[in-house]
Amino acid sequence: MADVKAPELTGRIEVPKVKPGASMDQKPTLAKPDLMTKLGFLPEKTPDWREKFLEKMAEVIKKYRSVRIFLDICVRCGACTDKCHYFLSTGDPRNMPVYRQELMRSVYRRYFTKSGKVFRKLAGAQDLTEELLKQWVSYFYQCSECRRCSVFCPYGIDTAEITMAAREILDSIGLGSKYALEIIHKAETIGNNLGMPGPAIRNTLDFVEEDIKELTGADVKLPMDVEGADILLVTPSADFFAVPHIESLAGYAKVFHQAGASWTLSSYASEGGNFGLFIGSYDHMKTINKRIWDAARQLKVKRVIAGECGHAWRILYSFSNTLNGPFDFLDPKYKNPTHICEYTLDLVKKGALKLDKTANDQFSVTFHDSCNVARASRMGNTPGDQFTIPRELINAVANKYVDMPAETIGLRTFCCGGGGGVLTDELIDIRVKGAMPRMQALKTVKDSHGVNFFALICAICKAQFYKIFPYYGIDMDEVGGIHQLVSNAIVLGAKKET
Amino acid sequence: MEGLGIVFNLLAYVAAAIFVLGFFSKVVAYFKTPSPLKIPVTPAPKSSAGVVIRLIPEILFFRSLLRGGTAEKILWLGGWLFHVSFLLIILRHLRYFIYPVPEWIMFMQQIGIWAAWVFPLTLLILIARRFLNDRFATISLFQDYFVLILIISIGTTGLLLKYFVRTNLVDVKAFILGLLTLNPTTVPDSPLFLIHFGLILFLLVYFPFSKLMHAWGVLMSPTRMQTDNPREVRHVTPWAE
Repeated sequence: MADVKAPELTGRIEVPKVKPGASMDQKPTLAKPDLMTKLGFLPEKTPDWREKFLEKMAEVIKKYRSVRIFLDICVRCGACTDKCHYFLSTGDPRNMPVYRQELMRSVYRRYFTKSGKVFRKLAGAQDLTEELLKQWVSYFYQCSECRRCSVFCPYGIDTAEITMAAREILDSIGLGSKYALEIIHKAETIGNNLGMPGPAIRNTLDFVEEDIKELTGADVKLPMDVEGADILLVTPSADFFAVPHIESLAGYAKVFHQAGASWTLSSYASEGGNFGLFIGSYDHMKTINKRIWDAARQLKVKRVIAGECGHAWRILYSFSNTLNGPFDFLDPKYKNPTHICEYTLDLVKKGALKLDKTANDQFSVTFHDSCNVARASRMGNTPGDQFTIPRELINAVANKYVDMPAETIGLRTFCCGGGGGVLTDELIDIRVKGAMPRMQALKTVKDSHGVNFFALICAICKAQFYKIFPYYGIDMDEVGGIHQLVSNAIVLGAKKET
Repeated sequence: MEGLGIVFNLLAYVAAAIFVLGFFSKVVAYFKTPSPLKIPVTPAPKSSAGVVIRLIPEILFFRSLLRGGTAEKILWLGGWLFHVSFLLIILRHLRYFIYPVPEWIMFMQQIGIWAAWVFPLTLLILIARRFLNDRFATISLFQDYFVLILIISIGTTGLLLKYFVRTNLVDVKAFILGLLTLNPTTVPDSPLFLIHFGLILFLLVYFPFSKLMHAWGVLMSPTRMQTDNPREVRHVTPWAE
């Protein structure tokens, strides 16, 4: 464990006093020139970086209505100031959403507005200096793009849009996050964020098959690259590799098995996640997303189902129709794409799965709404079903469930602290701190209901909490996926192989 | 018409022109800027009718502010009362712009006067909260105080005109109607009125170049006015095709 001190767990989320510069030292490791070049960015910062910066900024303002309007209309009312988990845990004023945005807005005033050009500092305009650039690198990588601030903003100003625009600008002048860009490169060349080649994935799948066989005696298959299967499952590659993610992979497989569904994974599109979103790159996001729909065409599937991953679901649900649609080659009978929770709950409701809830009786469960599912996408038919479907599913497979305090879940959910490309070792300090509001909320239900299973539907949340829990003195094994609970409860063998 | 009259009539037309052109050039720029992706903050309505239903309470009651804590409740009180009293005051002022004066505007007079007393108080709340709280003090810029002081000056000069340094309303009405009918006449013989009027002109000029554009932006914020139907309807915009 790195030498980071976690905030004390009291069950309360208190608004700190403003402490300027408190987390200025938290910044991403920058990508090396060859990686920058491979992704089509400038290899490194050049002496004329200001011109390139402003050129890109002008382009971004012209391309995105959100950025264009948000830069103009913020009235600095302050409603967002105590809504960000990074501010609540560090007190650094630059982690107040409005003041994070001010890093861009002051440049906007200086170079893109008449009043700023004439009245300069009096109009809140700021010259583009090396010092300001350093602040950009620090604080635009201390935003997890979780959108919580936008919920409380009278105009719906979404800091995530500003952060993405800022990262797009930083990349364009040669300053990129090594972590995010390495992942993007792997996703575009190998097909997944972990850089696992097909045979390595097959090994994992074999292992999971054997594991299920050993534990249950059932011959549950995890097929890959099967042409003509009905369903293509796209899941975060962490599911093939990491703990506790892999437990949910077993869960998906058991669900498909019991439903008698014909399904497959793809070695070509072996990633649901898409870090193109985090750096605000439309092009990279589209390139990575395209692999999924190319695979769907090649494998001639009827539908695409997404595994447990928050931002992957945002892109699949909200963006992929725009990026690489239309999906007229898929079966119109189904919602495409479908979330695995929608799919599984539907089967539960039809009575297609035999479930033994007592299998999860050792657990008292709570559910953490992932930001990208909660505030940037939907499941089901009705707005808000993204909150009810996962909870209904948990309640179908476990007897003991309790929600965390209302102001920390659903629409108001707190980020895990590792989203939006922050999930990297050099940012461990801000990650541990950023988890604080969620940990306080968890503490209250641990105290009141003895919660010992923290159910998630996001690979980043899983990785983040698995790493962060020990800093707060909580056992990392309490972190798990919803389909891990499904996996425990599902009774195999009641059906014949299809 | 002597010097001062010419100056103020001219200023009024210039200010009105800057306001209208400035405002509409911003609106046009917003419309011309595409929304390449579907980014409503969810849960969001699935239909356009639903979007209207979502926006009405946002605009009329600043609904999102009510989601916040105590600080936002205070802001809501100050901000909402400010906007409503401003509106009532403007409605009351229509009697100077319309001839003959319709019945309902006459009815508005007393309400408008009450609002005129509330108005400066709401602005004091909005100013005070900016320096009494360390977070709001940190984020507040010169222009945030400036615009509040500008508007409070308009309000107090108005109250002074109404109660203490009364001006000849017949002259005022003649002056305003002269402006509106492109038939300018001389200005009322009241320095305080000219200050009141001049400050309003300044506000008009300032409006399109400032955060006051939130008045329009709130209607076009993509996170609030987009529908949530990406699986059913393919969203495409020119540059992103």
